Amino acid sequence: MRKIKTASDLEKWRQDIIKKQKRDEIVVSVCGGTGCHAYGCKKVRDQFAKAIKKNGFMDKKIRLRFTGCRGFCERGPIVTIQPQGVFYQRVQEKDVDLIVSETINQGKIIDRLLYEDPNTKRKIDSEKEIPFYKAQHRLVLGKNGLIEPTKIEDYIGVGGYQSLTKALFEMKPEEIIEEIKTSGLRGRGGAGFPTGKKWEDCRKAQGNMKYLICNCDEGDPGAYMDRSLLEGNPHSVLEGMIIGAYAIGGSHGYIYVRHEYPLACKNAEIAIKQARRAGLLGKDILGSGFDFDIEIAKGGGAFVCGESTALISSIEGRVGEPRSKQIHTVTRGLWGKPTNLNNVETWANVPLIIEKGSKWFASIGTEKSKGTKIFSLVGKVKNTGLVEVPMGITLNEIIFGIGGGAKNGRQIKAVQTGGPSGGCIPASLFDLPVDFDSLTQVGSMMGSGGMIVMDEGTCMVDVAKYFVHFLEEESCGKCLPCREGLKRMGQILDGITEGRGDEETLMLLEDLSQVVGDTSLCGLGKTAPNPVLSALRYFRPEFEAHIYQKKCPAGVCTSLIQYSISEDCTGCGACAKVCPMKAIEGEKKQIHRILTELCSKCGSCKDVCKSNAVIVQ
Amino acid sequence: MDLKWVDLIVDRHQEKRTALVSILHDIQDRYKYLPEEALRMVASRLHMDINEIYGVATFYKSFSLIPKGKHSITLCLGTACHVRGGPKILRELKNFLHIEPGQTTPDRQFSLNVVNCLGVCAIGPVMSIDGKFYGEMNPMRAKRLIEKNNRKRSGVKS
Repeated sequence: MRKIKTASDLEKWRQDIIKKQKRDEIVVSVCGGTGCHAYGCKKVRDQFAKAIKKNGFMDKKIRLRFTGCRGFCERGPIVTIQPQGVFYQRVQEKDVDLIVSETINQGKIIDRLLYEDPNTKRKIDSEKEIPFYKAQHRLVLGKNGLIEPTKIEDYIGVGGYQSLTKALFEMKPEEIIEEIKTSGLRGRGGAGFPTGKKWEDCRKAQGNMKYLICNCDEGDPGAYMDRSLLEGNPHSVLEGMIIGAYAIGGSHGYIYVRHEYPLACKNAEIAIKQARRAGLLGKDILGSGFDFDIEIAKGGGAFVCGESTALISSIEGRVGEPRSKQIHTVTRGLWGKPTNLNNVETWANVPLIIEKGSKWFASIGTEKSKGTKIFSLVGKVKNTGLVEVPMGITLNEIIFGIGGGAKNGRQIKAVQTGGPSGGCIPASLFDLPVDFDSLTQVGSMMGSGGMIVMDEGTCMVDVAKYFVHFLEEESCGKCLPCREGLKRMGQILDGITEGRGDEETLMLLEDLSQVVGDTSLCGLGKTAPNPVLSALRYFRPEFEAHIYQKKCPAGVCTSLIQYSISEDCTGCGACAKVCPMKAIEGEKKQIHRILTELCSKCGSCKDVCKSNAVIVQ
Repeated sequence: MDLKWVDLIVDRHQEKRTALVSILHDIQDRYKYLPEEALRMVASRLHMDINEIYGVATFYKSFSLIPKGKHSITLCLGTACHVRGGPKILRELKNFLHIEPGQTTPDRQFSLNVVNCLGVCAIGPVMSIDGKFYGEMNPMRAKRLIEKNNRKRSGVKS
């Protein structure tokens, strides 16, 4: 790798890279995101490497690329072949030789590996035509498929660090802040605080040493866009941070990564080393006289460390307890110095705004929420994965358009956004435009972008209970309302799901929620009642069914349900085979029976029954 | 116990108190848990009180003060995995291994952990065994995977 000393050096390097890449006639990209890893993409990549070597391809130049997450994790491992633009999904090791001999050698498309639209049954060969990708606006995530995250050359080849040159040599720090302000970019971590304003406050703060932090402590269960960004395109995050540091006057940066994300840690570390070696980090960046360096700080599996003051404590090597925010972190943060903390996705947006201008960015989205947002569309929906859409798109468009609607012909009941700080939005409100303010209005919030779809098989009382127990477990214990209040709320909800609720239960739960929300110290406790309150607001009858009829309508709460087999049973024996408790008996082709005393109510039998004979009551 | 690694790890982090969480991670990676002797050594090297280190080691969920089993099973119970049946898998694992989350089987083969999110939500429920991820799990598949890992130990080909 060469050391870049000036902006023109960087441009020259880019031209060399592009020239070299043009010589490749075929590019095979295998997705290397964590989702695809679970499906064995590494074996697929290795197999490709072997097959390409074995076949020699004297006349063709083939490049094999192991990219970051492409977002459509559910269909992994994903392989794309350029220049044809063929998109193969669920590719296995054994398919590789066929792809090499048919598609790469002869340009033929293998039908079996194409994506099939579940509604029209049509096979689709290009990524752009797949409904999951069609409605998306992939500004931030888009480059993931074009680069290998561990190769700085790839990032520079697609125009990387161009915005940095522009910021360092064509703009004053104040101009950058002004640009970010007029772009309307708001913090993608959840609260939606205007980024430019934060930068300005931090720039104005007194202090000879200023810190920058990138928050990748993505504790929000059900959200994984920060992971995919840092894993798949770490240099874009670094570039955003360097630009930010120049604008704010920061001298040192940290990327705080969850320990549960080993690949993100690794790729970010590699990227930092490469940037340092290339002269894009460290002293006198690109000959501008500006110094800035970044290091990685690892988290320890504590959800509360996503909160800025707790995160700062954690970087300082202490227990991750938050403090009161009367003095904001932009004035007194890490080691008492002015500190600017932004989320991964926020940082990754910065180079785009500098490159294309604030006007362009502000033209996307709604009046108060600009740009795009990445959501992790997961749960009980057909197409799951990461979706990047312009702000203001409706929930309907995301869940039914991109997500393809419910699985197995079931009815979608609600969507949960904002993680443990958010709430459940019922299907009747799916016309709602997705932006910071409208989600807050209906009692949920944007959060970091988790979107968990729930159908009629999801019990809303159970979901509320899940979040309360989650937060109870994750509460740091510093303030009483959160520590004790959540524990009590959890006990009340346990009672409801075990059939011990009465008339006063719901009132008590609501009162307690109010107190916990009003009096807790940090954001964790303040927003903790949201999942309960939103569930009560939109799904009260479900709570009442648990309390008065002692029934769980969704068939989830085990104390209130009973499994049995109806006369529709064909006696195929599939249920008996999967039952982990051996609690199903019956002769072949005869109606089977569930032995209630042995049944653990796991529901495996219901999942495999083809004739819908397993009943939950 | 050979504590030379602890020395090396502290050296690598330049005896910085601020690197405490990273130091503990490295020790845990090496010894599979945080041995008391190691923590005492870290305390003396960093000039910190052992209580303070104990506080940090018990605050963060990733750390364990007791030895872990040979295979580490991590079950994700994030929201997406929860609504797709994660708790059913947990029930089955508990029945099968006769341990609670955070515990290790008496033969030191398996440690069971539950985490809030592994960040592979699209293919939930997710389970990881020794760092390898498995998506779309169900109680039966989880049981089979563990049996497979158990067989590996006794040398029987799966």
